[in-house]
Amino acid sequence: MLRNILIALVVLVMGYMFYNTYSNYETRQELADNSISQHFAAQGAQEVGAANIVTAIVVTYRGFDTLGEVTILFLTASIIAFFLKLKDEDYNREIKHTETSELLVTASQVLIPIIFLFGIYVFMNGHLTPGGGFQGGAIIATGVALMILANPNVKLNYHVIHWVESISGVSFVLVGILGIMLAGGFLDNKIFGEDGLGEFGTLFSAGAIPIIYSFVGLKVGAEISNILNKYQKSQKEA
Amino acid sequence: MEYIDLGHIGLLIGFLLILVGFWGVLTQKNIIKIIVGFSILDTGINVLIVSLGYVKGKTAPIIDNAVAQTGYHDVSASVVDPVPQALVLTAIVIGFGVTALMLSYAMKLYKAKKTLEINKYNDLKW
Repeated sequence: MLRNILIALVVLVMGYMFYNTYSNYETRQELADNSISQHFAAQGAQEVGAANIVTAIVVTYRGFDTLGEVTILFLTASIIAFFLKLKDEDYNREIKHTETSELLVTASQVLIPIIFLFGIYVFMNGHLTPGGGFQGGAIIATGVALMILANPNVKLNYHVIHWVESISGVSFVLVGILGIMLAGGFLDNKIFGEDGLGEFGTLFSAGAIPIIYSFVGLKVGAEISNILNKYQKSQKEA
Repeated sequence: MEYIDLGHIGLLIGFLLILVGFWGVLTQKNIIKIIVGFSILDTGINVLIVSLGYVKGKTAPIIDNAVAQTGYHDVSASVVDPVPQALVLTAIVIGFGVTALMLSYAMKLYKAKKTLEINKYNDLKW
């Protein structure tokens, strides 16, 4: 009883604080002068050449942050691998599950290639359209999740997953180092020279951004698939 | 009703989701439901940050022919703030990592005690 009253009190106080913030909030009418946001919106196309300004910020202006983000995902996958220790027999165990429905199995065979293709489209066009490496990787992982749902005993080739993950991670850093040698600094996108940004708004534009985002997409897709694989294989019974 | 615009709607939804998530974390007894509560809390904060970047009547920060431009693709007069959206992208990825970790802890706990009721985990209670 006391517990419930305290919880209600906490939620009510939070709600009151939020209410005050909400009632005093005024939507902005324009981007503030000389702010960093205004600079990105005004100069982003010229400096980076990406049509999607959010991608320009994530991959180039704050590229180091994105590298840290990818590292955090890698750390998560490592900790999960450490927690759910799997032996060889876990990877080969056959569990008798209840039959998956015919609809799910047939539909997954049609949908999985299309989902993978869509994921690849999303991360390759990250500098032009909404989306990018993380989103594309997550879409690819949903394909893997569908594969596991349709056949709970499916054996994913985890060597391939590990290699894709490692190679794309290393390539991301290598492209960043190319930025030091050929352009202004680590993860700078002008590795094809000052005029090598390509025609604005086409697939081959924005310098290194499509390359970096493709590696990020592959890495994220492989990492989430790895986590799903760990969850699936640590199951002992149906 | 002049102040109901997208910025306020986003702010309201964000605050409500935060409260619902917080309430769920505090009241639920099942570990999976607590994790769902954390997920809702996460989403609420993300919605809040994105809606703080809203600028009245402006469009998404993606440059194409539909967006009014001056000079060389200068869109600073016609887009919303892109910085909160880039930050939220980071926050979503971190949220995903935290959720995945919590789920694997839940699996580990279930293997140890064969239950997900939080009241049964009283080893450190006196």
